[in-house]
Amino acid sequence: MIVTMTNADFSTEKPRPSHFQPRLDERNIHDAWSSWNGYKLAEYYFEAEYEYFCIRNTCGTYDICPMQKYLISGPDAEKMLNRMVTRDVTKMRNNRVSYVLWCTDEGRLIDDGTIFRLADDSFLLTCGSPSTAWLKKSSLGFDNVTINDRSDELAALSLQGPTSCAVLKRMGLKGIEQAKPFTIHHFDFFGDSLMVSRTGFTGGLGYELWIKAELALELWDAVYEAGADYGIHPFGEQATNMARLEAGFIMPGYEFNEALKTVHFEHDQTPFELNLDWMVDFKKPHFNGRAALLEESRRGPRYTLTKLDIEGNKPAEGAFIYDSQDCSRHIGYVTSGMWSPVVKANIALAMIETPYLKGELWAEINYEKELRHYSKIARCSVKEEPFWAPDYAKVTPPRDY
Amino acid sequence: MKRYDAIVIGAGHNGLTNAAYLAKAGLDVLVVEKNDYIGGAAVSRELHEGWVYSSCSYVCSMMRQSLHRDLDLSRHGLMLVPYLGTVNFDDHGNTLVSYHGEAAAYNELKRHSRHDADAMFRLQADLGRYAQVIRKTLLRTPPDPTSFRIRDIQELLFLAKQFGALGQKELYEYIRFFTLSAADFLDDYFETDIVKATMASAGIIGTALGVYSPGSSYILLHHVMGDIDGSIGAWGLARGGMGAISNALASACKSYGGEIRTNAGVDQIIVKGGRAVGVALSSGEEISANIVVSNLDARRTFTKIMDRDDLPPGIFEKAENFKIRGSSGKVNIALSGLPKFTNVPDNPYANRGGQAFTGSMETMERAYDCWKRGTWSDDPFIESVIPSAWDPTVAPPGQHWMSNFIQYCPAELADGPWTPEKRDQFGQTVVNKIERYSPGFKDLIVHMEVRTPFEIEQEVGLTEGNIFQGELTIDQLLFNRPFPGYAQYRMPVKNMYMCGSSTHPGGGVSSACGANAAREILMDLRRPNTVPEDDCYDD
Repeated sequence: MIVTMTNADFSTEKPRPSHFQPRLDERNIHDAWSSWNGYKLAEYYFEAEYEYFCIRNTCGTYDICPMQKYLISGPDAEKMLNRMVTRDVTKMRNNRVSYVLWCTDEGRLIDDGTIFRLADDSFLLTCGSPSTAWLKKSSLGFDNVTINDRSDELAALSLQGPTSCAVLKRMGLKGIEQAKPFTIHHFDFFGDSLMVSRTGFTGGLGYELWIKAELALELWDAVYEAGADYGIHPFGEQATNMARLEAGFIMPGYEFNEALKTVHFEHDQTPFELNLDWMVDFKKPHFNGRAALLEESRRGPRYTLTKLDIEGNKPAEGAFIYDSQDCSRHIGYVTSGMWSPVVKANIALAMIETPYLKGELWAEINYEKELRHYSKIARCSVKEEPFWAPDYAKVTPPRDY
Repeated sequence: MKRYDAIVIGAGHNGLTNAAYLAKAGLDVLVVEKNDYIGGAAVSRELHEGWVYSSCSYVCSMMRQSLHRDLDLSRHGLMLVPYLGTVNFDDHGNTLVSYHGEAAAYNELKRHSRHDADAMFRLQADLGRYAQVIRKTLLRTPPDPTSFRIRDIQELLFLAKQFGALGQKELYEYIRFFTLSAADFLDDYFETDIVKATMASAGIIGTALGVYSPGSSYILLHHVMGDIDGSIGAWGLARGGMGAISNALASACKSYGGEIRTNAGVDQIIVKGGRAVGVALSSGEEISANIVVSNLDARRTFTKIMDRDDLPPGIFEKAENFKIRGSSGKVNIALSGLPKFTNVPDNPYANRGGQAFTGSMETMERAYDCWKRGTWSDDPFIESVIPSAWDPTVAPPGQHWMSNFIQYCPAELADGPWTPEKRDQFGQTVVNKIERYSPGFKDLIVHMEVRTPFEIEQEVGLTEGNIFQGELTIDQLLFNRPFPGYAQYRMPVKNMYMCGSSTHPGGGVSSACGANAAREILMDLRRPNTVPEDDCYDD
């Protein structure tokens, strides 16, 4: 008997298609897929490093449909968010975007994300992991707030790179060059509204485009037609991870373990440990985790996320950090590490026990050469600034690539 | 009058590297440049409105990463972007695409020959092994094999150790390799002409040798031993053109306090009492310095800007006999659109990177025969790159610039000197050949810059337009470069040094010559060595 799988039902096993899926399928010529929140997500389309260079040299798009998007509205929306996140939401003006964190009562980081203030009483919260349950808990006591999960209805495309503004201009988005970082703008698109924010996760010039799912392919085609002469190319998770590390941005699963998914005591992180002190505002009214964070700010964080420039060119992924060349005391570990092609440096983020930051730092790097394993001890120096922070990323209007 | 600690003659990339390291060490340094722009052969200029040409060198692979990192050239504006997918065209309309991914590369070779697809793995391993050894010598001063100084003996032992680690069989092979022709070397691997021709073309670029000439296999290695971010053999484009490399080096040099003067050609290195004491500019101005470093080629340095009587006996003759033969031309073309080539898969990865019009082993050899007879090749080997397909800054959106490197083009023609008419005929030969593979190509041409060895020598100053500042044959490599006994950057006149590609490790935009020379100068001044070691990927 010939057994076929023609009628087998794998619909739950298979990742769900993105709103851009037909276009992504055409471009993902090596079928390199992973998934994010149940959606199909490209590891890369052609080659990670090629796509990384599109981000740095021309421009590229990243499918952010799988990102979670919650519309939070009503008279109490601002109050509710302000109690949930560590930054002061009341300071946000309409049509502005703000990077935010939210914590448990113990001050441990649940997730990071962005808040788009669409109107006085309307906010779009985006984040990496599904948060319906936590949002519901956070809205307890606020009667006039509705939380609407728009994750599946809203398509979103991130356009990043030095030519990204030129692409949007050619697409006909009038005045887009006047958009300042972290602002929101609306444009007519096929009779609907296209929301564009000057935001991104790459540290360079970039925008994020938001449209209802039914117009996703129209948006893709318009962007790619406009981008044809500007080196546009889709990029996947791997190139994203390279670019965000150069920009010094944290990533769940690398720099932090989401508090609500953490089993072991304090294997999650706090904003202070993640070197995000500037994100915690003690001047505003009570917010989740405030007491614990206040206490931590007094005694100092146990660990501090540190940017390292490491000698040599062996990526320090997974390396242990020691306080001396002879590795006498283990004081931390590398969370993300890579050779940075544009900075030309061996860069890493590392969690290091705070008291040891003042002394010498040495990384024990393991690497492999034709199946034989080696390790080397490399000196590390601490960097205060992001590894990659070109001035053009902040300038308005952006200069011509 | 001001006296500088050091004057560097020539603001090419090695001169700027040398000056940057001397300035970084605290020396008062002046770079003098004859042109009104810097960069030498690593230069980019807008020669037609909207188009930035890299008139001479056009791709980069040898730039020493540790120097890039140490001088923080990224912060000074340098970004090297790898490009992929060169297509090789043979005489019969067949193509061979150099894919980056292993599976694609294998499938493409298999289209031509199963045997050669397999053999490519062995070739890559062998070249990788040869490259690994030679790469370790790039940022080191060659030892003098006749010297008993401790440092020379140590360096000789270092070399012996590197070569010894290859094992006996491979050591024999390596020694043989240095004297082989590219053709003989490749015959041991491949049976298909298009595969051989594809690989052999790297053995003739920039040299007055043919694919069947002994010594061309080393030239091949010289072209594949570089890397981009550890990907050995990969080539990249400098964002903004090759001039971005020189500009970043100049910016680094200035940040350490170094000065650069353009429109300041040197007529003479002034020597008093056997010591270099300064330079006389063509304007008549004299500038004094404790040290004079020449970034010009060996022939030009000793026969054009030095008095024969200031040199020890024999040096002038050595310089006159230094092998520095012009063999290549360059045609830079502004295009109104991206050219399409026949028999190339129509996709964004294959039909845009580079084109190598190799023809065949026979065609390349016949092109060399023309050079020997004193004419440019009527069916030349052309290596083309379209940087604008990658770099948004060098041509208007949707339009392109194409760099075409041509072998062979003699410095002196058999029928008399170069004239603008002959130059344009040479350019037309190139365009006609490309048109054969890309019908309609001519209609895309907006502007053209044709450069024969004559123009390259006139503008850049390279003798005969030789891109390496002297042939890269074993008689002029390592401790033989530029001359035996003078390979450690110190020249026969006291306080005078050389830092250009006429010195070890030779041509290519590597910055290694300039950095090595700086290390020797600092050593003579008893200053700490601030020039970094190479970062080897295979340690």
